Amino acid sequence: MEKRVTFKGLWLPLLLVLPQIVITAVFFFYPAGQAIWQSLFIPDPFGLSMQYVGLGNFEYLLGNSYYRASFVTTAVFSILVTVVSMGIALYLAVLADRLIKGSGVYRTLLIWPYAVAPAVAGVLWLFMFNTRVGVVTWYLGVLGYDWNHVLNGEEAMGLVVVASAWGRISYNFLFFLAGLQSIPKSVIEAAAIDGARFWTRFRTIVFPLLSPTTFFLLVVNIVYAFFETFGVIHTITSGGPQQSTTILVYKVFSDGFVGQDLGSSAAQSVILLVIVGLLTIVQFKYIERRVHY
Amino acid sequence: MKMKHMLSASAMSVVMAAPAMAQTEIEFWHAFTGRLGELVAEQVTTFNASQSDYLVTATHKGNYSETLNAGIAAFRAGEQPDILMVFEVGTATMMSAAGAIKPVYEVMAEAGADFNSDAYIGSVKGYYTSNDGEMLSLPFNSSTPVLWVNRDALTEAGIDPNVDMSTWEQVGEVLDQLKAAGSSCPMTTAWQSWIHLENFSAYHDTPFATKANGFEGVDTKLALNSPAQVAHVSAMGQWAQDGKFIYAGRRNEGGANFRAGECALFTESSAGYAGIKAEAQFDFEVRPLPYWKALSDEPQNTIIGGASLWVMEGQTDEEYKGVAAFLNFLSSPEIQAKWHQDTGYLPITTAAAELTKEQGFYEANPGTDVAVMQMTAKAPTSNSKGLRLGSFDQIRGIIDEELEAVWSGDKDAQSALDSAAARGDELLRRFEQANR
Repeated sequence: MEKRVTFKGLWLPLLLVLPQIVITAVFFFYPAGQAIWQSLFIPDPFGLSMQYVGLGNFEYLLGNSYYRASFVTTAVFSILVTVVSMGIALYLAVLADRLIKGSGVYRTLLIWPYAVAPAVAGVLWLFMFNTRVGVVTWYLGVLGYDWNHVLNGEEAMGLVVVASAWGRISYNFLFFLAGLQSIPKSVIEAAAIDGARFWTRFRTIVFPLLSPTTFFLLVVNIVYAFFETFGVIHTITSGGPQQSTTILVYKVFSDGFVGQDLGSSAAQSVILLVIVGLLTIVQFKYIERRVHY
Repeated sequence: MKMKHMLSASAMSVVMAAPAMAQTEIEFWHAFTGRLGELVAEQVTTFNASQSDYLVTATHKGNYSETLNAGIAAFRAGEQPDILMVFEVGTATMMSAAGAIKPVYEVMAEAGADFNSDAYIGSVKGYYTSNDGEMLSLPFNSSTPVLWVNRDALTEAGIDPNVDMSTWEQVGEVLDQLKAAGSSCPMTTAWQSWIHLENFSAYHDTPFATKANGFEGVDTKLALNSPAQVAHVSAMGQWAQDGKFIYAGRRNEGGANFRAGECALFTESSAGYAGIKAEAQFDFEVRPLPYWKALSDEPQNTIIGGASLWVMEGQTDEEYKGVAAFLNFLSSPEIQAKWHQDTGYLPITTAAAELTKEQGFYEANPGTDVAVMQMTAKAPTSNSKGLRLGSFDQIRGIIDEELEAVWSGDKDAQSALDSAAARGDELLRRFEQANR
């Protein structure tokens, strides 16, 4: 039998969850409701007039091939950021876990990049890869490679992925390391005695036991790639060249705050809301089932 | 004695700084930082010290886009400033918001201020006047694109630094020679859409958009894919492929390369003057923007970039009087001439230009008058008055994308410009719908 703490009555529990409900209502339901309402109109920027267009904003968006392409860009970008940041973090965490001396220093140094704001990280990487004066660009030039993310879409994508993943590695590293350290040593030692090599132990014991952490990080990283990488993209590429790094969130910004087209911007927010909702359902329904707690 | 003077001076300044009961506060939001921010602050201080009825408070609200967004958000909340600085591409947005702005000519008339719109330079104010010639917003900082030349780079490549580069045909030959001499960056540019399409069109008296570039209505369509523009972008694309034109970025990224001496030629705003003068370690020169001899015998005028001051609706009459006084102060020849000489922006009145000439500034700083002459040589036509297109900041983004496709060789000029026009038109239709 599961042990559960239950509260008697209705008012006390309601009172206890009230702060959370109020916060959710103010910061989520109200703006989300506003977005849905506004997505049905084409307003002028100053709010002097509004025209009801029904689902017109959605039709306009989904009929636009650049908007549809932005879904693919977002998917590619999010998957790359998630895989790169989680992959490297896991690798570093496994190494740090095996360290005996100096692991404190190593860990502290690895956590630092997390403190760098995305926009600053973007500027940092932009300096290194600046097509005319960047240090890395210069060395690549010496090696005979002509780096130009200003015109080359794939290089631009690579650069924003690396810049977005970089700061995130620290965060993922912390969780992976904690996850690794909570795996009982006895299990691993038993496998070692049975003759399992490191890679076999990792694949059959460590990785499955780490799955709650991995799952959590997967959800958090995808949300990060979707919503919080705006600063990086804004500073490095502004969505270019030729929209090759325009992810959905960037387009919400550029339509709303560059184009002052609030109707389209609101409709895009609603679409994003639906996508994130679906993603979360998929993650919890299908992937979480395979997670061993 | 000296001490006494100082005391009385500081007492004076205390008196002036303290908001007297009768003073009306005028709020002014702008987008300038650094040196320009200091110069604006200086103008405001001078104005406040010159009279005692009004107190202007200037606030920096971020870059151009951020300032416009701040103004919009403030208006929605009923907290708008009296004066809002809006960049030239936001002009159509402001003009269409009839209930949010108060045209400058109206403010002046109601305040009974001494105001004559003929005093302003035609091609500067043209951008901000209605079709019946009424001034809607006050031009504040205006610049126009010119050709910056690194004379040392030309000499090094064995080219006479005085070589005629009035036409793009001649520039093409110079680029050939520079490339042959091993230059890594014969030419670069800033603000490609503004210089190579918007100004290019005006300069060759070719429409950029229908309905007189949007001046005659919001049901306008882009016309930037006509043979003239295609020919220019095509030539630039070929230069990019040959390594004669180096693309550095959408804004003024190329400026760093020019100022470092890497690039020989640079098409950039006349307001690049301060930066280039401060940093360039070589002999530089300003030339008029080149034109294509094959397209027109002589160039029309170029158009401006920069920002203007819009007066917001919903303030008291007393505040509007103060606004009128402040705007008149900003337009006065002394203030304008100083601004023009300090920043490289164009003077907005003929009187300020003449005062600058009298003061001997152009003789002491050769080339600083090129922009003024380029703007004023001919009376503007309906193709060279300016642009009035909605969502234009975003349309520029689209044009940037399509031009990048030409520079990288992914698209030819015709299909890139066709696509830019089609995509831009979609946004113009959205804007039309929002402002019906």
